[in-house]
Amino acid sequence: MTDVTARVMSDAVDGLSQPIDAPTLGAPNPEPTLSIHVASLIATAAASDDGGVHGPPVLLFPGTPFELNRLMAIRILVVAVIILIFWLGTRNMKIVPGRGQAALEAIFMFVRNGIVYDTLGEQRGRRYEPILMTMFFLILGMNLTGTIPGLQLAGTAAIGLPLILAVVSWVMFIYAGMREKGAKFWKDSLFPPGVPVWLYVFIAPLEFLSTFIVRPVTLTLRLTMNMIAGHMLLVLCFTATQFFFFTVLADGNLLGLLGVGSFAFGLAFTVLELFIAALQAYVFAILSAIYIQLAVAEEH
Amino acid sequence: MNIVGQLAPLAFGLAVIGSGIGVGYVIGKTIESVARQPELQGRLQSLMFLGVALTEALCFIAIAVAFIPFPAP
Repeated sequence: MTDVTARVMSDAVDGLSQPIDAPTLGAPNPEPTLSIHVASLIATAAASDDGGVHGPPVLLFPGTPFELNRLMAIRILVVAVIILIFWLGTRNMKIVPGRGQAALEAIFMFVRNGIVYDTLGEQRGRRYEPILMTMFFLILGMNLTGTIPGLQLAGTAAIGLPLILAVVSWVMFIYAGMREKGAKFWKDSLFPPGVPVWLYVFIAPLEFLSTFIVRPVTLTLRLTMNMIAGHMLLVLCFTATQFFFFTVLADGNLLGLLGVGSFAFGLAFTVLELFIAALQAYVFAILSAIYIQLAVAEEH
Repeated sequence: MNIVGQLAPLAFGLAVIGSGIGVGYVIGKTIESVARQPELQGRLQSLMFLGVALTEALCFIAIAVAFIPFPAP
């Protein structure tokens, strides 16, 4: 366990023994309470420069634009591991695959056939396959660090990375539409055919909002908030376990045995988080593919 | 009586009612369809996850509301 987790945990345990009168978010409150600690936990996962609350500890180059905090270190580690896995896994390919190559091929085939070719078709899918696959594996790797003991902070649990991925997906479907249909892409997406002309006054702004603004925003928020909510669930379960065992039970109060239950729930939520990590990577990739498909589809 | 607190969790609870009903509806309908045509299970399952993800997005927007830095009164 790193020292920041220990500090945050002990802070939250202090908070549990205090009376709970929740302050408004962002207002400085001298009295430590549970809710402000939860808020600072969210902020720890969410942002590093959030004014009042502190982010993850800075490891290298403090004070420069290249500040390396724990979250960035995890991200760099994930990228290195992904590169290493794919380099080692595809370095020495055989026609009859060994065990490692077969596992890697199974995942590749799932992403290619299940996500890309199913939505886009084989011919068009081949063009967008590399970027969709990159997105899938990057998000999968970043999400999985949320459950790995010792790291326990998902690389996607701060808004920066999902935002950039969503912007890439946004640019990609606009590019796909412009490439295949030219200016007709804008006409089709803003003025859908088959609607009375006077209704376009209302339809066009709504279509603009839902296609070009809501899509990237929901892509970003879905990924970030899933990871933050999962992180908070795990933190709450394991802080409660620590509080019950080392504060309540150590005082000789048998109520501390409740910690067994909270620990079991923590383990169950860890498994749930593993599932959600894979699910979110799948959903992000398939939604990007569907947006491309909608952009290039011919309107009748 | 003096109640102090923040409204964000309450708003999140209200938002979750809607997307909870939505997710339940999506999954229930998927189960119904699989009962009718078991051979389509794989395709229906991926459609179900898609529908669940789209419905869930609403409650994740609700979580994000708590992060908007409203000025303290």
